[in-house]
Amino acid sequence: MLTKLFSSKLMEPKLKEAKFSLFLLNRNKLTKISLIIVLLLILIAVISPWIAPYPGHTDLEVNPQDKLLPPSSQYFFGTDELGRDIFSRVIFGTRISLNTALVAVILSLIIGIPLGAVAGTIGGKIDELIMRITDIFLSFPPLLLAIAIAAVLGPSLQNAMIAIAISWWPWYTRLVRGQAISLKERQFVKAAEAIGTSQNKIIFKHIIPNCISPVIVQASMDMGGVILTISSLSFLGLGAQAPTPEWGLMISTSRNFFLNAWWYSIFPGIAIFITVLAFNLLGDGLREILDPKTRKN
Amino acid sequence: MKKYILRRILLGIIVLFGVIAITFTITRVIPSDPAAKWVGPRATHEQIQEARIELGLDQPYIIQFGKYISDLLHGDLGYSLRSHQPVATELKNYIPATVELVLLATLLAIILGIPLGIYSAKYKNRWLDHLSRLFSVGAVSLPTFWVALFLQLIFFSKLEILPLGGRISTNISIMYELPNITGMLLFDSLVTGKFMIFKDAFLHMILPGITVALYPIGLVARMTRSALLEILNEEYIVASRSYGLPEKTVLWIYALKNSLGPTSTVVALSVGYTLMNTFLVEAIFSWPGIGRYISDAVIGLDYPAIMGVTIFSAVVYLALNLIADIIIALDPRVRV
Repeated sequence: MLTKLFSSKLMEPKLKEAKFSLFLLNRNKLTKISLIIVLLLILIAVISPWIAPYPGHTDLEVNPQDKLLPPSSQYFFGTDELGRDIFSRVIFGTRISLNTALVAVILSLIIGIPLGAVAGTIGGKIDELIMRITDIFLSFPPLLLAIAIAAVLGPSLQNAMIAIAISWWPWYTRLVRGQAISLKERQFVKAAEAIGTSQNKIIFKHIIPNCISPVIVQASMDMGGVILTISSLSFLGLGAQAPTPEWGLMISTSRNFFLNAWWYSIFPGIAIFITVLAFNLLGDGLREILDPKTRKN
Repeated sequence: MKKYILRRILLGIIVLFGVIAITFTITRVIPSDPAAKWVGPRATHEQIQEARIELGLDQPYIIQFGKYISDLLHGDLGYSLRSHQPVATELKNYIPATVELVLLATLLAIILGIPLGIYSAKYKNRWLDHLSRLFSVGAVSLPTFWVALFLQLIFFSKLEILPLGGRISTNISIMYELPNITGMLLFDSLVTGKFMIFKDAFLHMILPGITVALYPIGLVARMTRSALLEILNEEYIVASRSYGLPEKTVLWIYALKNSLGPTSTVVALSVGYTLMNTFLVEAIFSWPGIGRYISDAVIGLDYPAIMGVTIFSAVVYLALNLIADIIIALDPRVRV
């Protein structure tokens, strides 16, 4: 009874906070629309094999007698140089882009979070070392490091994900380090230290779980940028390889045909644009809703 | 202040050293054999062995790295594996075209992005703000390479008013001698008064220029807006308004001055993004810059060329960040 009362009292401000955030989300139309689009894209990604009219066209199947046909009721987005249905390929591309971006972000989190937590909690020379290494990684112009790594690892979607993770983790290290520095002064960490909890346990049981929520918000904001980076790498020939229906790769192949077949490059591009835009708008909105500095007005 | 700048420069040099070390290590684990690349596909085993010794690839990693650094200090970036020409010389020929494009985009970002951000903040949540925010988020969400193709489709293929690519029309480059002072065609032709060339070069510049400028315009507008919004909430703005100062003075002088720090940082940052975007679109516009150079180098696994471009871009990026930090440090509120 007593514990129940205690915990609900503790939860109250958090619940209020969440309710207020939901209220703000509801009021912010653009953020709400972008959230709906993101959810819709996830749905499309999940059910793509069932809604694509020509699922075979996303793999090895070709259909040369129908090559480079303009959009029609049979092929909504037209066909490509091998007669494949662009609509089906764009639909499947949703699954590929979201999947790769998610894996790339998770990989960067796996590298970035522990490093940041260790740097922030332990401090001193280790902190200095980790942060200088992050500085070095952050001083590569964006995309360039990913290009170099992808070139070395060899062109494939998997290597593109690894390349992105290697160039992306420092952002999370910085974020987590800042969180960890303030967390380690808190009572519960001090208490854990006082009863002799090991440093490892403090970092992984107390620090990391408590700094995870801003990191998740940041990661969801980064999804747009990561999707754009993946399609850029694929466009350069360093990501997905044929016949994968990846948007960037589709645009890259369309270059040889686009002056006569505008539909070939237009639709994959629109797909990238809508996806990245939805994630960016959602990220912007989330930041505004969760940031106490801007939420007042 | 002096001490701070010196420390920043020193730190920049250390970071640059790290960047070079990482790039060098990356290119050394390349699965392909640079020596085999150097002598070509029909070389014998002995020739490859000779090339390995000639290129110093038989030495231990640390000695190779030491040699690379000492060469670098003498401005030597090694030889391209494909053309056998010094990478430094090749870069010198390719850099001006890219710099011209990046400068134009940055200029557009400053001229258009900052006012867009200011008006957006001034009319927060009104239609102008919504429009400008939609534009700036849209601009950073567009795949640059797709914009390039789209613009070519509209302005070259459909409307037939702008050229498809290149820096200059073939007939102009045959008929006239092209001026070469800085290597930036637009600037050189203007200075030497060759207006025919200037006009033609300008027409060629429009599509690539717009393509790479979209991202920085959006980024700068977005950052200016958010920096200004934070400042407009501050008490000194309320105070200056209640003194009856004209809104123009409050906004363009008092508020803007204090948002200059974050804005200049983002301008510096956006140059980095613009540089990367030129890498994606130069091939599309047949623009003879370092972007096309590196994409060819990546395909040919020409690692000295890849390293050359990487180091050049990293130096530019670090220098810009340094400048941005110094601008921030000039702010008397930031005590350093």
